[in-house]
Amino acid sequence: MNYPNELRYTKTHEWVRRDGNVIKVGITEYAQHEITDVVYVELPHVGNSIESGKPVCIVESVKAAFDIYAPMSGVIKAINTALESDPGLINRDPYGSAWLFELSPSNVEEWDSLMTSAQYEQVIKQGV
Amino acid sequence: MNVESHINLEQDSKLLFEKSKPGKSGTPLPKRKFQNRNFGKLIPQSLQRASGARLPQLTESELIRHFINLSRKNFSVDTHFYPLGSCTMKYNPKINEDIAGLEGFSWIHPYQDISEVQGMLRILHELSTALSEITGMAEVSLQPAAGAHGELTGMMITRAYHLSRGDTKRTRVLVPDSSHGTNPASAGQCGFEVVQIPSNARGRVDLIALEAALDDRAACLMLTNPNTLGLFEDDILQICEAVHRKGALLYYDGANLNALVGNLRPGDMGFDIIHLNLHKTFSTPHGCGGPGAGPVGVSKTLIPFLPVPSIVKKDGQYGFDYNRPASIGKVKSFYGNVGVLIRAYVYIRMLGLDGLKRVSHDAVVNANYLRKKLSTIYNVPYNDFCMHEFVISTSNFDSKGLHAGDFGKRLLDYGIHAPTVHFPLIVKEALMIEPTETESKEMLDRFVDVMRQIHREANESPDILKNAPYTTPISRPDEVLAARNPVLSFRDIER
Repeated sequence: MNYPNELRYTKTHEWVRRDGNVIKVGITEYAQHEITDVVYVELPHVGNSIESGKPVCIVESVKAAFDIYAPMSGVIKAINTALESDPGLINRDPYGSAWLFELSPSNVEEWDSLMTSAQYEQVIKQGV
Repeated sequence: MNVESHINLEQDSKLLFEKSKPGKSGTPLPKRKFQNRNFGKLIPQSLQRASGARLPQLTESELIRHFINLSRKNFSVDTHFYPLGSCTMKYNPKINEDIAGLEGFSWIHPYQDISEVQGMLRILHELSTALSEITGMAEVSLQPAAGAHGELTGMMITRAYHLSRGDTKRTRVLVPDSSHGTNPASAGQCGFEVVQIPSNARGRVDLIALEAALDDRAACLMLTNPNTLGLFEDDILQICEAVHRKGALLYYDGANLNALVGNLRPGDMGFDIIHLNLHKTFSTPHGCGGPGAGPVGVSKTLIPFLPVPSIVKKDGQYGFDYNRPASIGKVKSFYGNVGVLIRAYVYIRMLGLDGLKRVSHDAVVNANYLRKKLSTIYNVPYNDFCMHEFVISTSNFDSKGLHAGDFGKRLLDYGIHAPTVHFPLIVKEALMIEPTETESKEMLDRFVDVMRQIHREANESPDILKNAPYTTPISRPDEVLAARNPVLSFRDIER
């Protein structure tokens, strides 16, 4: 499994990419493997305020529906509408074209409390 | 000419619309009597259809074969063992059908005068009294049409109760991480924020996490007892004390009442609101054969908030009481799915209290018998004395590329319905098994033998499982395609 070094991670299997003050969020390769084929994605609304640790949107696979939690607090800036017509992107390209939403963080320091790639890999190894 | 020799009519899955051929007919229609009348003039243009109704065209014999062969595809509790955990697929005694089919029940109409339906009302009144007694609740409404509908009703009552006290801060509903998906959905539908409470190492509600989540925003804890691992929440009295101390309500999801019925009452455990699934515990048709019924019971304090009307008996006459100003209102047209309610009434009257005690007793004995035997073959993560069901994990077959669903599909080839798979979510590769009280020791032993054989197949030749089932009309529907591009009617086929 691949957990890119430049990303940060949550216990609930979201990845977080930081580009200056823009934060991009998706789900990890491990998560997409566990939930298997994704069939539907319910995206948040642009402009919504979200709170770190709270559910933001839903990813549904043939197994079940899963909440996606906000890794940081802030306001939704953009959503990846490509997932609406092609939810399988999450299985094919979890770290790239299958990002879920972009947010503008209210407290960018929250980034520092997220897990590094090595820490996340450790969590997976310990079994979640 | 090419003739396929093995097409079995039973295996044929075509729709009537696909079998239709223009000009075929099953019924000679009488000659039109009013050839010369122009009916188009009598009906406003806006109400007339632009083209003829598209009905399938077949002969009577084709039609009969279509439906008889469809009925022979049924994989039901009347034809097969059905250990579908969480669903309580118990045998439905046929006397339920006989009684519900009596003309006095099947030919009445909800708009009939109250004086003409006294018998029906009496049965509904006695049923709700019986359910109150069985569950230890002060009053039961029979209106909700299904379990999730009962949950929604319970959440509406929760909201009405807190608001009636001027307590507007209680916007959160707590659910354990093992809860049925309908619990958070019902709470969310009612406008509550859902907070998940983790399970402890014993598969029960983590009391410390619960205490932490119980603040002045908590409206209610929704709990299934026994929980979805089939384990009794043995801290229930402490849970109840903590919830009430913080001013919240305790909600009982009746999905697993079959483990307790007749022996233990949610009301005595301290629950404030309950819903029952009559199509589980009380032997009314379940699944697509519904309709369901999800009566809601409440403690004395909450009676004013129950849906209107309630059925009351006054001066020897039964009638509807609408005079409940604090009620959440009506939740179902007329008074619920009465055909189903009659069946549950018959079931309760046939068994009596002693019979109901035997139901939960035997359901628990059967589940533990299977758990003991199967845990020597399979991994049972919470291998503790269970109630009416238990959960196997097949995650040790991950390396062979096998999932819980593959085991379920293989069972179909042995004439056994697949257990619930991938639920509860806190067990990886879960197979949830609930035999119910209506299975014999011979059937349970056969199930164990089949499970042992499938275990051997999984180890020796996993491909057998990956391609199963082999004996059903359709083997492996493309679940991904079906979810992404659902075909919901014959019109979708033509698109």
